[in-house]
Amino acid sequence: MGKAAENGRVRKIMLILSKATIDNVYACFILANGARMEGIEAEIFFTFFGLEAIQKEKLEHLHVATVGNPAMHIPTMVGGLPGMEALATKMMKKEMEKLDIPPVGEFLEILSASGVKLWACKLAMDMFHLGTEDLIEDLDGVLTVGDFYDKAAGENTHLMFI
Amino acid sequence: MDKLLAGNNVAVTEDGYLEDFNQWSKEIASEIAAEYGITLGEDHWKVILYIQEQYEKGVPLSIRSIGKSGVVSIKEFYQLFPDGPLKRASKIAGIPKPVSCI
Repeated sequence: MGKAAENGRVRKIMLILSKATIDNVYACFILANGARMEGIEAEIFFTFFGLEAIQKEKLEHLHVATVGNPAMHIPTMVGGLPGMEALATKMMKKEMEKLDIPPVGEFLEILSASGVKLWACKLAMDMFHLGTEDLIEDLDGVLTVGDFYDKAAGENTHLMFI
Repeated sequence: MDKLLAGNNVAVTEDGYLEDFNQWSKEIASEIAAEYGITLGEDHWKVILYIQEQYEKGVPLSIRSIGKSGVVSIKEFYQLFPDGPLKRASKIAGIPKPVSCI
């Protein structure tokens, strides 16, 4: 790599996950894991609905959205029928397993073992009446927005909102 | 292009991966590892042999599969080959650059 490219290299990626639809969660996890595979530091801040992805009781029950999602290519009324989300999610998970993409819980373990820092948003936890006992063991801590920006300090850090 | 590794002219890609696994030797592995500041110990060799076996079987490598190998945990894998373990271990093992995103 040339010197200019080396100087401009991403050193750290700070991902903010605010949604719990499975496609958003996986996009976030794959970006974090992919960063670590390149020797880039990665941290994830789980806020708002993103907290579902680190709640022990909920993380294996996340769904893809079949309503309000034009990329599903099914009529909105059909997408709203009972069981449609579960069915679409099941099909998607099957395809992901074929590509060796782990389930959410295992993926979180891989991220933690790979050195990705996992943070929960304090304000969102208060809003949803959640305590750390509701969250995964691998959580690195609970942060305010200010704490999160402190963690982002340093050259060539990038922030991404998902 | 050719690169002088352990006294031999070895064909490598632009990124430094061996073009031909048959040219690989333990001395070459040690020299590539040294470029990353890694001194190969017993644990490194176990991982290198494992990923070479997987390559010969045609199994694509991923961080997940390494973790499940029983040879090394994901945490140890990152400690043994810091800053991009899958790529660095593959280069040292003389196999092509991994294409996995996971």
